[in-house]
Amino acid sequence: MMNINQMIKLTGVVTACVIISACSADFDSPVGDKASSSGSADFSNFVAIGDSLTAGYADAALYLSGQENSFPAVLAAQFAKAGGGSFTQPLVSDNLGGMLIGGTPTLDNRLVLDAETESPAPIAGTPTTEAIGSGLNGTAFNNMGVPGAKSFHAGAAGYGNPAGLPAAANPYFVRFAKDQATSSMIGDAAAQAPSFYVMWIGNNDVLSYATSGGVVDAVCKPISAPSACDPNAITDPTEFAGVYASLTGAFTTTNPAVQGMLVNIPDVSTIPYFTTVPYNPVPLDQATADTLNAAYLDYNNAVAAILGATDPDQVARRTITFTAGQNALVIMDETLDDLTGIDPALLSMRQATAEDLILLPASAYIGTEDPNSAGTTPPLDKPWGVGTPLADSDVLIPSEISAIDTARAAFNATIEAAADADPNLIFFDAAAIMTELNANGIDYGTGFIDATYATGGAFSLDGVHPTARGYAVIANEMIDVINAGFGASILKVDPGTKTTIFFK
Amino acid sequence: MCVASSAFAGGYRVALQGQKALGMGHTGVAMTDSSEVVFFNPAGMVFLENEMDITGGVTFIDSVAKYQNQDTNTSAETDNPIGTPINFYLSKKYDEKISYGVGIYTPYGNSVEWPTDWAGSHLVNNIELKAIYIQPTISYKFNDKYSIGFGPTYVVGGVEFNRNLSTALVDENGDRSNVNIKATGVDAWGYNIGFMAKPSEKYSIGISYRSQVDMQARGEEADFRNIPASLQSTFPDTTFDADLILPAELTIGIAYNLSTETVLAFDINRTYWGAYKSLDVYFNNGAGLSSNPRNYKDVNIYRIGIQHQLNEKTVLRGGAYFDESPIQDGYFAPETPRNDSKGLTAGASYSLSQTLELDFSFLYLMFSEFNGSYDYYDQSGTTISFAGDYKSRVLAVGFGLNYKY
Repeated sequence: MMNINQMIKLTGVVTACVIISACSADFDSPVGDKASSSGSADFSNFVAIGDSLTAGYADAALYLSGQENSFPAVLAAQFAKAGGGSFTQPLVSDNLGGMLIGGTPTLDNRLVLDAETESPAPIAGTPTTEAIGSGLNGTAFNNMGVPGAKSFHAGAAGYGNPAGLPAAANPYFVRFAKDQATSSMIGDAAAQAPSFYVMWIGNNDVLSYATSGGVVDAVCKPISAPSACDPNAITDPTEFAGVYASLTGAFTTTNPAVQGMLVNIPDVSTIPYFTTVPYNPVPLDQATADTLNAAYLDYNNAVAAILGATDPDQVARRTITFTAGQNALVIMDETLDDLTGIDPALLSMRQATAEDLILLPASAYIGTEDPNSAGTTPPLDKPWGVGTPLADSDVLIPSEISAIDTARAAFNATIEAAADADPNLIFFDAAAIMTELNANGIDYGTGFIDATYATGGAFSLDGVHPTARGYAVIANEMIDVINAGFGASILKVDPGTKTTIFFK
Repeated sequence: MCVASSAFAGGYRVALQGQKALGMGHTGVAMTDSSEVVFFNPAGMVFLENEMDITGGVTFIDSVAKYQNQDTNTSAETDNPIGTPINFYLSKKYDEKISYGVGIYTPYGNSVEWPTDWAGSHLVNNIELKAIYIQPTISYKFNDKYSIGFGPTYVVGGVEFNRNLSTALVDENGDRSNVNIKATGVDAWGYNIGFMAKPSEKYSIGISYRSQVDMQARGEEADFRNIPASLQSTFPDTTFDADLILPAELTIGIAYNLSTETVLAFDINRTYWGAYKSLDVYFNNGAGLSSNPRNYKDVNIYRIGIQHQLNEKTVLRGGAYFDESPIQDGYFAPETPRNDSKGLTAGASYSLSQTLELDFSFLYLMFSEFNGSYDYYDQSGTTISFAGDYKSRVLAVGFGLNYKY
């Protein structure tokens, strides 16, 4: 039983509690007190080199908040707690993201989603970022990400020379090349003699082919035969390997002890640009289906008559039929036998299957008579994908996907082997992250993102580049790999505090 | 009248309904030493010694809750305003067998302010809940041993609540879209009934039951903020309907006179939180129904208190209680960021004169650090979890006056 002395004692304890604040709400181990350590890594001079993914590009533009949330910037902020130095980026002038070249508006502003039309469109406003005379030339930047750069561009001197625009130079690099006439991306990067670098290059070596629908001849040799190289061609894997070795070698040359992380190339079939539009998005009632079937009867009969004896498989693939319900799109397929010499109406067309990937921009004009991405309009009453086949540039057919996969597998083997060959380098499997985002999504503890277009949170409105939140999730995964590879303890960030897409 | 108060204990029950009682661990269902019985047990009014007994008090609550997530290294801390729940009781003898009176008190409330756009902002940015109970009361004594008491409770209150519309939605400038709902002057009726027995000089037993009150907000104001232009036709400012339950509470307790100077009291409260299944807000625009499962459970609170008459002028009090959280695993939503707690209380009264007494009370509520998650947030059809470590601390200091003749 509590006596009066005990009661006084209790009162005293409680009072003391207030006075000395001993009874605070502090956690036993506040996350704010967590120690960061670099382990065996040296983050004192960190440089990132790559393309749009390194620059922080999103929503089809490079804008200020995208750069501020680029994965290298996120990493650098965390490295800074473990001996990391300052990290400079060639920041653009505004949050609109468009760009002027010599005063002429040239690149569009970032996309925002118009909920009323359910389609993305560039945000209104006049961009203020100028490629030429940006005032950034003359110094080197830690973030050497240049949107659009392919592997071999990274080694190309004069890639930032305004005189080379538009074909031989890149306005993003024109903005911040240390010496516009002579700089190469790798030159400016390696000259900083980084102690640690991240290189994520090679995406565009397949991606520009993929996003353009695989229209051009698949593979070319940009080093040995540059004049035969279409800007959208896939880079020859052997030449890629040579370029890649020269890029890693450039870092080793300026700092033999350099450490780093090499990042591989994601699978295009995991990103929304290629996965959002289904192959069979055409809803029809029976009457419309009947009308369409009647319209394609001549085509079906002619194809059967010409190819029936020699290639019944192709006849089956080319026979176009519609039924009530969801129907496959009609698409061009240049791998079909060209019958237009016999009859110009016998286009190389067939209906899509689940093996084809329909590109995101087509969603804007499928089923309409609006101009397609090439600016072409279909004949009256013959909407895209139904009465008129979608153009080659709207679709990746299996042979094109196969060309992409073959090259990507070779690039990734090169990248992983380069990381394996150098004990100072580690490998980051970005492809696995993208696959996970597409298949299951990623739960980051306070929230969840997946690769669903617009609503999934991982990908920005261009369908190719991550959102700030997506980049943060990637940065966290990189931190895991860096911690494991170098015995470091770099802290992760909260992706939930980063933005996803923007609405108009 | 300022009744903003910070919830502690489980849910949004704020057990601070009397300075004398609070000093003794907020026991009181079997105590008959002041008009605080109007709240604690209306049956006790007829056992008050004086012709008239008036009590008034205010409590100042300082509460803080902290959140952190070990995976994302994010942390947040509430910046709650100081809560000031009040209490006022009057009990007057009508004759030997009947007393009547009135009580005004604020047993439910909540005031939690997280930083705007913090990690859990899709669940809550801030909330302020107020409810004033006004209870005219009558008490009847069958004989010297048994009494009953009853009072209808008129409850008037309001709530203001803000959260972000989703984990991601922003306008084109990146400002988070949020919704602010505000209901004022919502009223409802309930009752408070009690029974008391004094089988001997040594002890008394009390039972009281305060009914559930359903606060029904209808056509109140919902303000949608930072909505992107192209979504403004979907999310215009609108009205909302919502129900909020102030649960029933049953209390059984005993007060035992150790000596003529010293009283010991034990109370058990059972709070019927099981009635609180879901926080459903129906918006009369494209947002539609926002259903937020809560799935609370009924809980008990165990209280002990002691009071000692030190000298003619001074009474000292001490107490403790154990407060079970009604929140079940997976339902820990940060608008009521508190888990099981242990309360330590102290108090004193000092007689300024024959008729006027000054009351003090002090409460320190201890919470252990724990890991909680809310697993029922719907994000575009996917159920996502919001998890982390939480720790809370509550201090309350109360002052009161007791006038009797």
